[in-house]
Amino acid sequence: MARMKFLCDADRCIECNACVTACKNEHEVPWGLNRRRVVTINDGQPGERSISMACMHCTDAPCAAVCPVNCFYTTADAVVLHSKDLCIGCGYCFYACPFGAPQYPKVGNFGSRGKMDKCTYCAGGPEADNSPAEYAKYGANRLAEGKLPLCAEMCSTKSLLAGDGEIIAQIYKERVVKRGYGSGAWGWKTAYKETIAS
Amino acid sequence: MARLFAHARIIIGALALLFVVAAAAPAMAQQPTSVNPTAAAVNEDQLLRQLNQISGRCTLPDQKACTIEQPGGRDWRDFHQVTLPWIAAIAILGMLALLVVFYLIRGMVKIENGRSGRVIVRFNSLERFVHWVTATCFIILAISGLNITFGKTLLLPLMGPEAFTVWSQWGKYAHNYLSFPFTIGVVMISLIWIAGNVPNRIDVEWLKRGGGIVGNDHPPAERFNAGQKLIYWIVVIGGTAVAVTGYLLMFPFYGTDIAGMQLAQVIHGIVSGLFVAAMLGHIYIGTIGMEGAFEAMGEGTVDENWARQHHALWLEEEKAKGHAPSGAAPRATPAE
Repeated sequence: MARMKFLCDADRCIECNACVTACKNEHEVPWGLNRRRVVTINDGQPGERSISMACMHCTDAPCAAVCPVNCFYTTADAVVLHSKDLCIGCGYCFYACPFGAPQYPKVGNFGSRGKMDKCTYCAGGPEADNSPAEYAKYGANRLAEGKLPLCAEMCSTKSLLAGDGEIIAQIYKERVVKRGYGSGAWGWKTAYKETIAS
Repeated sequence: MARLFAHARIIIGALALLFVVAAAAPAMAQQPTSVNPTAAAVNEDQLLRQLNQISGRCTLPDQKACTIEQPGGRDWRDFHQVTLPWIAAIAILGMLALLVVFYLIRGMVKIENGRSGRVIVRFNSLERFVHWVTATCFIILAISGLNITFGKTLLLPLMGPEAFTVWSQWGKYAHNYLSFPFTIGVVMISLIWIAGNVPNRIDVEWLKRGGGIVGNDHPPAERFNAGQKLIYWIVVIGGTAVAVTGYLLMFPFYGTDIAGMQLAQVIHGIVSGLFVAAMLGHIYIGTIGMEGAFEAMGEGTVDENWARQHHALWLEEEKAKGHAPSGAAPRATPAE
């Protein structure tokens, strides 16, 4: 099986936010939550870069380690998913996550945390693939249909890459060689404890 | 004629423009064929070294989403998965082991001269109400809190994921809501008992003589002896610490950021673990550890002989105030 990863080529991202919009729409993510977002660092200054960030589906995921009810599981494709039926909304995964991925709808009394929501790598949840129950809780399951995450698929500059880690790393390496520069695979060291030599 | 002249002017103009462009082309070709736009670009490693987090500008209303990387969570993970369980387990199991050994050696501390049959009021109804509200909340908070740290190791394999989630979900609700009466209880305790809990010279003497815990000495004590004063300050200081850090966690991002919440959880976890261990000692001495102690908080009265043995100065003080021990305890029903 593949080891699915995200890779954002910061030298290509034009901060169009199409990935953010595509994700919101594809999964009908509730108002106030964003599974993916684009952040511009040093905005307006020379050398500014925009990066699209979501759950990176870490190796040895910290969220899964600290969860008090063990609601996380890793698929055969190394996608980190969770069960909203088991989640109690304690907030611990959010303390542990290096990428600020977990979010909580303020549905409890006095706006307390509801069940956690995060990027599913368009791979749904523990329910039957593409069942209405799965869609209601986690959104579309594109991976079960043989498709890659929509954010990366519709990226206009192909800055955001999704797919098997080795393949997207190879694509990125070729780009770096061809254009002569690259600011690296953002978040890879933190998420996968590896970098792409450029 | 005029139209012909206009046409000629356009053609001449176009030729002139072409010449200018053709002349400029070699000049453009002399510029470097590739520039390195990353020469001045932001660098991930450098940003992480500077602040241990990477933030920027984003267009979302939730500005917290503008932070894309903060590896500090990895340290918190180590604390939560390794350090905290060890601290809490050693404190709590260590205290339990200590109490069992102590009970086996010492047994229940008896009222030396037996019961006198005369009782004196030790805690009035308000004091007992505040004590038991706080105590009940504390026990539920402790169990639901320990469940968050140890539940998945100890209970999850026994209960199964679904039942464990139901239990933990109710535990979370209980933990969050009972924190309010608990906090009020801690504030009340600190106010109603502050007068008797200021450390003084008598405590030094009491501690030097082993406080009656070590050996059979019974150093005189006022209303609260040094051990009880210690419990008071553990409750006041520990209770304040867990309440403050707990509310920071319950209301995320009010007055703190993610690093602040990680620190709050560290303090909350360590103080809670030590707090539970201390309260086990308190429960022991108030129940099976000492004859005649539980009724002080149970019925509110203690036997005169108990008071003379453990709080001689307090008994004298009460007598001087005219609160002489009187009557028989309600429990001392005549034999048939």
